Amino acid sequence: MSSLLTGPETTGARPAYADHQRPWWQRLLFTRDAAVLALLVAVTAYSITSVPFFSNDITLYFLVLDLTPILLIALPMTLVIVTGEIDLSVASTVALSSVLFGVLHRDGVPIVLAALLALVGAAVCGAVNGLLVTRVGLPSLAVTIGTLALYRGIAVGLLGTTAITDWPKNWTDLAKQKLGTSMVPLVVIPLVVLVLAFAVLLHFTSFGRGVYAVGLSQEAARFSGVDVARTKLVLFTLSGLVSGLAGIYFTLRYGSARGDNANGLELQVIAAVLLGGVSIFGGRGAIPGVLGGVFLIGVIASALRLADYSANVIQIVTGLLLIVSVVAPSLIGWASRSRRRRGPVATPERPVVSEAAPPTHVPNGASK
Amino acid sequence: MSKKFIAGRRAGTMAVAMTAVLGLALSACGSSDTPAASGGDSGGDASLTFIPKNLGNAYFDASNVGGAAAAKEFGGTWKQVGPTEATPDSQVSFINTAVQQGAGAIVISANDPKAIGGALQQGRDAGTKVVTMDSDTDPSYRDLFVSQADAAGIATSEVTQIADQIGDSGEIAILSATANATNQNAWIDLMKKDLADNHPNIKLVDVVYGDDDDQTSFDKTAALLQSHPGLKGIISPTTVGISAAARYLSTSEYKGKVALTGLGTPNQMRDFIKDGTVTSFALWNPEDLGFLAAYAADALIKGDITGAEGDSFEAGKLGSYTVGADGVVVLGDPTVFDKSNIDDFDF
Amino acid sequence: MTTVLDPPAQRRTTPGDRLTGLLKQRETGILLAFLLFLAVTTAINPRFLFSSDGWRDLTLTPAILVLLAVGQAMVIITRSVDLSVGSILALTAYLTGRLGLDTGLPVPVIVLVAVLAGVGLGLVNGLLVAFAKVPALVITLGTLYAYRGLMLQWAGSDRINASDIPDSLLRFGTSSILGIPKLALVSFLVLGVAAYLMRTSRPGRELYAIGSDPDAAHLYGLRVKSRILLAFATSGALAALAGVLYAARYGTISSGAGSGIELEAVGAAVIGGVAIFGGSGTVLGAAIGAYLLTTIDRGLPILGIPDFWQRAVVGLLILGAIVLDKVLAERQHRKLLAERDQT
Repeated sequence: MSSLLTGPETTGARPAYADHQRPWWQRLLFTRDAAVLALLVAVTAYSITSVPFFSNDITLYFLVLDLTPILLIALPMTLVIVTGEIDLSVASTVALSSVLFGVLHRDGVPIVLAALLALVGAAVCGAVNGLLVTRVGLPSLAVTIGTLALYRGIAVGLLGTTAITDWPKNWTDLAKQKLGTSMVPLVVIPLVVLVLAFAVLLHFTSFGRGVYAVGLSQEAARFSGVDVARTKLVLFTLSGLVSGLAGIYFTLRYGSARGDNANGLELQVIAAVLLGGVSIFGGRGAIPGVLGGVFLIGVIASALRLADYSANVIQIVTGLLLIVSVVAPSLIGWASRSRRRRGPVATPERPVVSEAAPPTHVPNGASK
Repeated sequence: MSKKFIAGRRAGTMAVAMTAVLGLALSACGSSDTPAASGGDSGGDASLTFIPKNLGNAYFDASNVGGAAAAKEFGGTWKQVGPTEATPDSQVSFINTAVQQGAGAIVISANDPKAIGGALQQGRDAGTKVVTMDSDTDPSYRDLFVSQADAAGIATSEVTQIADQIGDSGEIAILSATANATNQNAWIDLMKKDLADNHPNIKLVDVVYGDDDDQTSFDKTAALLQSHPGLKGIISPTTVGISAAARYLSTSEYKGKVALTGLGTPNQMRDFIKDGTVTSFALWNPEDLGFLAAYAADALIKGDITGAEGDSFEAGKLGSYTVGADGVVVLGDPTVFDKSNIDDFDF
Repeated sequence: MTTVLDPPAQRRTTPGDRLTGLLKQRETGILLAFLLFLAVTTAINPRFLFSSDGWRDLTLTPAILVLLAVGQAMVIITRSVDLSVGSILALTAYLTGRLGLDTGLPVPVIVLVAVLAGVGLGLVNGLLVAFAKVPALVITLGTLYAYRGLMLQWAGSDRINASDIPDSLLRFGTSSILGIPKLALVSFLVLGVAAYLMRTSRPGRELYAIGSDPDAAHLYGLRVKSRILLAFATSGALAALAGVLYAARYGTISSGAGSGIELEAVGAAVIGGVAIFGGSGTVLGAAIGAYLLTTIDRGLPILGIPDFWQRAVVGLLILGAIVLDKVLAERQHRKLLAERDQT
């Protein structure tokens, strides 16, 4: 299924095993993750010294509050993309859980119960994606484009013109609470817990190794005893659940449950994850790099806003950064290949045969 | 040379390439001619940040011009920043940024009465004054609301115009902006009440939402005319909606048969008044609105007024204004545009 | 693969075979769904079809989405996707307005310049996808941001109003020939040419071959890269043409023009039977998908469903279409296996 998202040619397959011949610090340093994190440090340093007001500690506070939904959803999204799938419906799930939360609260359901029910609803949304992908065998890109419209449609349909805004103040304050007298928001605690949980799940458990195995080759994973369908189903459900969490945070932070909440958030999340070095082909990527990607986009947006730029410039920079980050390795590869080509021995381009999904039905007009 | 080393070098080169992109973007920040911002940020007391509902909206661009002109008069700075889509969460980031920059005042048209409240309150705690214009938040979140016209006045003006044009009886519909727009919903409620009280023969059959998007408004107008064949009039109290609806009507079989009125800018509507699609519509001058909001913000910063009822301040060429109940300052009655006067206006 | 490029000698077909063949075609199903919806809505409100505006809007409203869906179908058939079409539409619509306002060039020249700009923007996508070997999803997600940002940056606060656009272009946007709107004629023409070329021309068939199996296509000696470029350039050109149509029809170009329409275009293609993993489907199906989506959008209020639910219905349709495709494909697969076993 990973080949669905790939370009027309999947010739650039890299050796997936780590090369253990170099010292550990080199292996740690010369990675895609390290490059993103280094860039994050550089941009932050530049912003602190050169962008007025960036060095205020309140910058960090706003940064964390703004990035929380993106960061939350980026965690399960990383795992989903590592398996070679994708989930475009996350922002719609955020909106649907926000609206469910709001409607239940309006109808007098206690707020904690309302939140739990909204989370259940979001998990169901994720599970529906997962079932369609694993049981029915549909491509996740098509499924989640469909549920992107469906979940958003239900959210907008349920509330129509209204927004639910009468939230108890102690709850909305909770979303903006600072830790003691510091400028660190309270949401950092659940964030750190979840980041650690997902990092452990992906990098230190057999489930996590299964996730990589599925992304590298479904066949091989299956033969080595990984339950591919179950792995994907769990990940899509997690993706829904965490999106639901983001929906509840969204509702409380802005004190408003609306059908158009988090519109377009899915693209920001995916951009951050890909920037963080996760391969859209599946099989490659790590949580630290994704953290770097999320914060890199956040810091750049924050610095640009402080420098009086509007959303348009932020969009251009985000777009270019995403393209450069994925194109650079190929360009460098291409440059070094063409250098070699000028040498005496020409290396012909050799296509690597990849697992190609068999066409499910014969193109029209071909036979029959 | 191991493959991994090449990969490592690639990552390094990639970092260089990415830094180059950023460097380009950030070094451009250094230069002062930022296109989105009119005026520098000297950080003086009267530094005003204007956050419209969204960028690229003709109405707010006019307000921006007015605000910048006012700031120039009283020696302050004025800049416009904002999101590309009219959503509250994207406005919040720009509010926060203005607060971080220690802006003297934020002038904002709210995308949601509550959702941006927390961010505004934070700014007020930090000493930034908050003036809403065009679309209000809950009164507790701002110091002043500069209203384009009193809501009841707008509603009555719209209803009276449509009643005149359709002979005070028949089916009408409303083409609004987004479903959550505060001002739109307030006007619609008042219009419903006015219709029920004073125009029993006019029946409001539908309210549809064009999301302040040309294409959606255009298509919604088409759907409206088809689902209600007996429709005699449309009210569109939004500049985007009325021009899209007028454009649809002007080329359809309903031209001249279905009346259209609402709020629009003369430049957008001139052609439709002249070809007879639209008889009359109304609007205040959005440039004056920005101008007044800037002066109000300046008066708040200087401490001349606190936003309490009965406070009064001077607003340059517009004269003297007094704060009404709930901290509302009203610009004045809307101007009604028709064939006779439309050429006198250019905005 | 060979079946795609050189259809084997066909066995003699009877009219009955033709009929069942026609019924089995994916496009027929979607067309029937479209006609059924049209019939029900018209039964409830005859004006939906039988009024001059109703008739006009039936063909006019989908015209823009049809162009995007045709381009999208060609890209998806090569196993890629183009998410940047909404932003290309916005950029070229603005370009059209600016050219009309600033240069006074004749309208055909303006259209040509806009379409060439679209080809350029599409080529940027294509070059990055074909040569940098990065999945189209990522590249076009990036250009989706970048192109729209560029448009906003360029437009600043200068918005284009109907009065800025040349009258001849605006008239083109609303006038008709023989009761059919000119914009709809443009979309029919493009659809006809694209459908013919995709079915019969060598490059068209090669797009299918590449989408079915990129590696095999490469080994077979097809010029994969130039064909990918072709698909993206065409998608860009059609998005630009859609931008011109947008300017002509709506007259006002704001910052949000065409935002989110990329997913509708992908949705239309998928509903119309274009397999998201390439190699299968037709531009005709995608166009009918676009018709179905737009008409449902217009028809829901008439059926008494509040338009807030419209997106939910669209979502269900997309899911229904891909599930149906899967079921049909599996049945076909089983049938082919059975036939093989018999012989």
